[in-house]
Amino acid sequence: MQATSSLRETLITGGKTVRDVSEDISRQVEGKPSRLWWIAFSISLVLLMFGVYCLATVLWEGIGMWGLNKTVGWAWDITNFVWWVGIGHAGTLISAILLLFRQKWRMSINRAAEAMTIFAVICAATFPLVHMGRLWLGLYWVLPLPNTWGSLWANFNSPLLWDVFAITTYFTVSLVFWYIGLIPDFAVIRDRAIRMGNKTRASIYNALSFGWDGAAKTWMRYESVALILAGLSTPLVLSVHTIVSFDFATSVVPGWHTTIFPPYFVAGAIFSGFAMVLTLLIVTRKVFKLEDYITIYHIELMNIVIIITGSIVGIAYITEFFVAWYGQVPSEFYAFYNRATGPYWWAYWSMMTCNVISPQLFWFKKLRTNIVATFVLSIIVNIGMWFERFVIIVTSIHRDYLPSSWSMFYPTLYDVGEYILTFGFFFTAFFLFAKFFPVINMAEVKSIIKSSSEKKH
Amino acid sequence: MSSTSEKFLVGIFDDEDILLHGVDGIRDKGVKIHEVYTPFPVHGLDEALGYRRSRLPIAAFMFGMTGTILALTMQIWMLGYDWPMIIGGKNFVSLPPFIPVTFELTVLLSALGMVATFFIVSDMKPYKTPRSYDIRSTDDKHVMAIDLASNKLSKEEISRILKDNGASEVNEKNF
Repeated sequence: MQATSSLRETLITGGKTVRDVSEDISRQVEGKPSRLWWIAFSISLVLLMFGVYCLATVLWEGIGMWGLNKTVGWAWDITNFVWWVGIGHAGTLISAILLLFRQKWRMSINRAAEAMTIFAVICAATFPLVHMGRLWLGLYWVLPLPNTWGSLWANFNSPLLWDVFAITTYFTVSLVFWYIGLIPDFAVIRDRAIRMGNKTRASIYNALSFGWDGAAKTWMRYESVALILAGLSTPLVLSVHTIVSFDFATSVVPGWHTTIFPPYFVAGAIFSGFAMVLTLLIVTRKVFKLEDYITIYHIELMNIVIIITGSIVGIAYITEFFVAWYGQVPSEFYAFYNRATGPYWWAYWSMMTCNVISPQLFWFKKLRTNIVATFVLSIIVNIGMWFERFVIIVTSIHRDYLPSSWSMFYPTLYDVGEYILTFGFFFTAFFLFAKFFPVINMAEVKSIIKSSSEKKH
Repeated sequence: MSSTSEKFLVGIFDDEDILLHGVDGIRDKGVKIHEVYTPFPVHGLDEALGYRRSRLPIAAFMFGMTGTILALTMQIWMLGYDWPMIIGGKNFVSLPPFIPVTFELTVLLSALGMVATFFIVSDMKPYKTPRSYDIRSTDDKHVMAIDLASNKLSKEEISRILKDNGASEVNEKNF
């Protein structure tokens, strides 16, 4: 009965049936977590605790605990913010843009990638919130709320306020999109719990599944909702990093005031996001034994996205440099000359090596289908992307128009501590997600079992 | 739960292609199908069952437009009329800086509004316990429910039609 087209690549290996999909994916939710899970979870929790201590100190004492000074008023905090937001972009790209392009390989990875998006955006939002100093007044500063000055409203001409709206919308829509996808899978776990007679689990997942019954009419509406959410998320994800880049591009600081920023930031975001998806999924497929669902072919396709976006980022670096020279504006040219040869030269060259040279290694099929090589390179890419943001932000402002104000930025324990906080949160949240939620979209994978799965011999 | 018992005939299908052909065959015989429950979206099933296209896209558009109008009115009124402020010597009201917030609120309202509409029309809410015709419908079986009260044919006739059209099992279910 099973027909496999030779034109289609096999997306699911191991001769899985629809039944096997429910079984394989639900197993990790139903079973006790493994030792490996406990170890990984505990390490993340320790990181989170250390971060919470650093954060509490910064909130109590003020952001003077960070290494900022009068010249460098933005450094690690905004670097980390941009880095985390960028990482989130891969999740939306996979679930929304690949859905519009009808790419079936997204189905095995979209759930975990979207979870990553949501946690990454939460991590990102921490930094601007804390940088406001008095966090508790934040809502009133950033939202157009009436106040006792009669009302003095928020400034809608400011890219920082656009950011507030962009990030909030992005977070909310991603969360809704992710949850809509989870509902049918929660119903699978609910019904399995009913059959196993586990009342507690049945009742929890019954609450989460919103009374899903899988009726043809509901599926029809559901698919309509998913398609429109994808259509909305696609321009949304492009707008988010565009607006993040406006934080810099609309200023008059040399090195920031460039029109290339929006497309260059978006490409960089997808580049780093895919690297993070690879880092997480290579570990997840191993820990939860999902090699049949997240295959080498999936990894290879993601590596191809990394070559493309990595090359766009590389061209953007070179274009920026060329225009700085060709434009003949002394301060603009100095900003770039200083990046490559000034006191932060090591950051610049780390960025160049990690982001421009290392992804080119994926032209070799041997490397892009090799798990270890992919894992190592995915981490290198993310180190490179962190340096990119650091280079753009710190090297541009530490020496701008007025040489008497030139200064250096050195991070303190609390700068580093808050970065560790977000790592702790990110991994703690991801491990909890991987334990309690189905990490692969079962309903979607079931729908392609007939067309794209390996035949049982 | 109502006191009058409802009698259903439940046909189980193992494969989505058999189900799709089955639906056509069963409807041709004049059997009214109450609903089909599937573990994953089966493409073409909505057309085979004669469902009208979902109007959720219209809802999404309406909510989106609400967002656009709300965002523009809010920004123009706040910065142009209620408390005008000179910022960088620019006009009080100029459209380009208002576009990002307008776009974001359009997307936000469109998405939230559409999803809320979806939950309401599909009667989905936390802690709702769905009526289960066969618990395997979320696992690997396609489940067809036929309301005996709304069909003129006898139980035995419908059962035979279901089997002839590919159902692997036919069960009875009363609520």
